[in-house]
This record gives sequence, structure tokens and C-alpha cells, in this order.
Amino acid sequence: MPHFAKPAAGSWTEQYPELGTAPVDYTDSVDPAYYEAEREAVFKRTWLNVGRVELVPRTGSYFTKELAVADTSLIIVRGRDQRIRAFHNLCRHRGNKLVWNDFPGEEVKGVCRQFTCKYHAWRYGLDGALTFVQQEEEFFDLDKADYGLKEVRCEVWEGFVFVNLDPGARPLEEYLGEMAKGLEGYPFHEMTEVYTYRAEVGSNWKLFIDAFAEFYHAPVLHQKQAVKDEADKLLGYGFEALHYELHSPHAMISSWGGMAPPKDPSMVKPIERALRSGLFGPWDRPDIAGLDPLPPGINPARHRSWGTDSFEFFPNFTLLFWAPGWYLTYHYWPTAVDRHVFESSLYFVPPKNTRERLAQELAAVTFKEYALQDANTLEATQTMLKSRAVTEFPLNDQEILLRHLHKVVADRVRAHRNGDRRAEEHSDAAAR
Amino acid sequence: MPLPAEFSDLELYAAWALPTEPERYAKRLASSMEEMQAFYDAAFARLEDAIAYCDALPWDDLPGDARSLLHLMQSLVMVSFPVEVWKQARVPDSGAAYLDLVVEPVV
Repeated sequence: MPHFAKPAAGSWTEQYPELGTAPVDYTDSVDPAYYEAEREAVFKRTWLNVGRVELVPRTGSYFTKELAVADTSLIIVRGRDQRIRAFHNLCRHRGNKLVWNDFPGEEVKGVCRQFTCKYHAWRYGLDGALTFVQQEEEFFDLDKADYGLKEVRCEVWEGFVFVNLDPGARPLEEYLGEMAKGLEGYPFHEMTEVYTYRAEVGSNWKLFIDAFAEFYHAPVLHQKQAVKDEADKLLGYGFEALHYELHSPHAMISSWGGMAPPKDPSMVKPIERALRSGLFGPWDRPDIAGLDPLPPGINPARHRSWGTDSFEFFPNFTLLFWAPGWYLTYHYWPTAVDRHVFESSLYFVPPKNTRERLAQELAAVTFKEYALQDANTLEATQTMLKSRAVTEFPLNDQEILLRHLHKVVADRVRAHRNGDRRAEEHSDAAAR
Repeated sequence: MPLPAEFSDLELYAAWALPTEPERYAKRLASSMEEMQAFYDAAFARLEDAIAYCDALPWDDLPGDARSLLHLMQSLVMVSFPVEVWKQARVPDSGAAYLDLVVEPVV
């Protein structure tokens, strides 16, 4: 007997008939040829979030982003005209990597007036224009105007900076579509107290998205984290979301959110009672505008028990909102078929005192305790999928986002293999 | 930096007054359950006092000794999971997985 109503179609999944209900083939997470196709079909032609505008606060602020999945590194920089631009991190003289310190593979950030190549001192302005060539007279018919940095599409939505390696890509806002529209107005710009976690995980990138796009696992994998009575109760209930919505290629899950604050304080740990905080964040909502009412896309079912929403922006960017007034992001950057770099940033309103600071500290520390269990489980999954002893797996109705993700990737890989460059956009349009 | 005079009872645990998460996490992994339990008991008993002490001072300009006290309480948060839940320093079922905090608001 469900605790929360399902749609008229009988299940969330059957509401979207194109998904089917058959077992899903996970060869897509272990096959090296499929991974190569994903790089071309997905990552080299899709809008990718590389961070927020606060990373480049003033003229000349820059950071680099390593995109192993697309075989490149990018420089993201704020220009004198305040526009944020992205360039391939490559000197036009002979291809040296332009911006790096000590270790070419490590990301760097800073502020500068111009970029100077370590190799032969070619210089570029913040707008990418080549401004100085060492011993210019030694070159043959060299026109500096022809050798600016190679620019990459870069657009901003609600303070989130996106890049796209495909010059022909449609505009970002159009790509993010209706799902993003529903989030506009959330006070992202007020939440500038940031904690960023990073790990290299031994699994296919899709497996970690899978892990965070369903909460079916939560009462089981994380049962030791709650006090005993509470854990038993959660396990008995299992998990049901309040609402799911697909705006293909994007999707969201809306969930009840437990304990912020808990109905019965004895159900949480002593440190949580003392600091009024926990996994779901500080219990006391910050006093800023924009949280009440929330934008219409958040808690779309307007459910009283609402606690958290996860928005999966295809391919690898998750925006997760918590009822007590903070949010976090996940990024999954593939480095190989069975490896990826996982990044998560937690965003809070800056604390005004020690009490608020410690409440945020507890939320950030608790996040890590959970994520470590999630990450390790993935490595175990990857190794067994690799055996290919079994390739098809049944996904339940609470795993609709996983079914959707694997299908969207598969559709694009198929279109790419068929040489149909725009087919993926048609399939998105059909889904809308 | 020593702790404020009012918290001299916690000087025994001053080694836990570490400003960054990587330092606090490393100390957690390097400590026995007995050491963490003793620190937890002592620090938890003074948590409310510490918050009251720091919050009587300007948040954007905390003196060094108050910052040390706050760092110590951040370590209390760090050991709370091992002491209250895991009964071990490491997160169970976390194997070789790691998660580095690469950006944090250091007080």
C-alpha cells in the first residue's frame, strides 16, 4: 500500500511509456567502446556546468577545468567587459598548455591581467586576443588577429557557468528548458559559504548518478547512521518519493525529508540535538528572502512533508535543494569507462555567529560520512558488472531516474553511431 | 594559540584545535576510540559554554584564542560520528574510498 499517491498511469515509470519497464542493460557502464561513443555523443556536444560565477568574482579572475572526457582543458575567465568566457587552455604558438602550475594535470585558479605562456612568452588578453609575440619579426606573415585563444561556448544561468564544446549547440536556456525555469529566483547568490569535496571513484560515471538519483537504498545502506529505533522504522517503511518529473533529457525527484527538525529529538544523535543540525542541514532556516515561497519548480507537489529535491541536469550536473534553506551540487567527470572524478559542493548562507557556523560544520561532516559509504559501494558494483556474468537488471518504480538516464545516453549514442547529428534533439523535443 | 582562560580545563585536548578539515580528519583516523571518547566527553560538556563565549565576541573578528576554541569544537563535530555511531574511527563499509575537502571556509 503506497504512502504517497502515484500518478493515474499506475506508476511513475508507466507515465512515460517511452521508458518501458523491462530490465536495463548495464553493459553501458563497462564497455570501453560505448564509453568512447559517450564522449563524442554526449560530453563533446552538451552543456556542462563548470561552476558558479562566484569563482570569477572580478576582472581577470580565472580558473581552469580539466575535461579528460573531452581530451581538453579549459580556461574560464572574467573579462574587462565583465563577460565570462571560456577558452581551450592551449597556446596558439605550438600547443603548450597555457595556464598551469607545476603539474599540468592539476586545476588552478587566480587573478591576472593577461595570460603569458611559460614556453615562449606569447601573451593573451582576458578576451583571448593574442597581444604579444616574442621576436615577432622572426615569423612569416603572422597576423596576431588570426591567433587568438580558441573560444568555447560559455553561458550563464542563475549564476551557474556552463560550457559547450559544440559551436553549433542551441542556447543554454533553451537546453535547460522548463525544469530550470521552475528554479529561477532561488537565492543562489546569497549562499556563498562553500564546502567542496572531491574524490576519484572507481566506477563508471553513470553509476554514481544512479546512486544519488534513487533513495530506495537509503534505509538499507545507511541504516547504522540513524539511532536504532529510527533505523528499524525507516527500513520497515522502505522508500517512496513524493513526486518524479521528466523533462527529458533532464529529470527530478522530490522527496520527504525526515528530520529537520525531528518530531522527536530523542530519535537523533546527541551532537545533532546540541547543534540543531544533521544530514538535512541546519534546522533553523536562514533569514533571507526567496525561500518562502520557493520557486514553483521546487517541491512541485507542494507536499507538507517535503524535505529535498534533486534535479538531474543531463549529463552530469545535479542540483539538490534542502528544505531548511541550502543546496548542494554534484558533478561526475568521467576519466575512463570505469573511473570518474566526483565533486560535490555544499552552499550555505554565510553564518553570522559560531552557533550557525558549527551547525553548518555538522551538515558538511555528516555529508562525508554518507558519501564515503555510497562511493565505496560503487566500486563494488563496478567490479561485478565488469564480470558480465549478468548484464540486465530489473529497476523498480523508485528507480525511474536511472532508467531515464541510461535511456537518454543510449539514444544519443545510437544517434551518434548512426551519424545522425541532430537526432538527440528531436528525441528531446518528442519527450517534451 | 592557547584556549581562552575560561576553558583551561580543555588545554589537555588543545592538540585537537586544528583549523582545517584535512587536519581534523587525519587526527581522527590516527586516534584510538579511548582517546576520542575522552576528548568527546570533555568537549561536549563545554560545547554550550564555548558557543556562548564565542558568540559574545564579533564573529567577523574573533580573537585567536576564541578561534582555537572554535577549532576544538569543530574537532568535536569530527569525532561525533566515531563516538556516537560507528564505534570506530573509519566510516564502516568505506573501504579504500576517500573524499577530500578541497574548499572550506577556514575560520
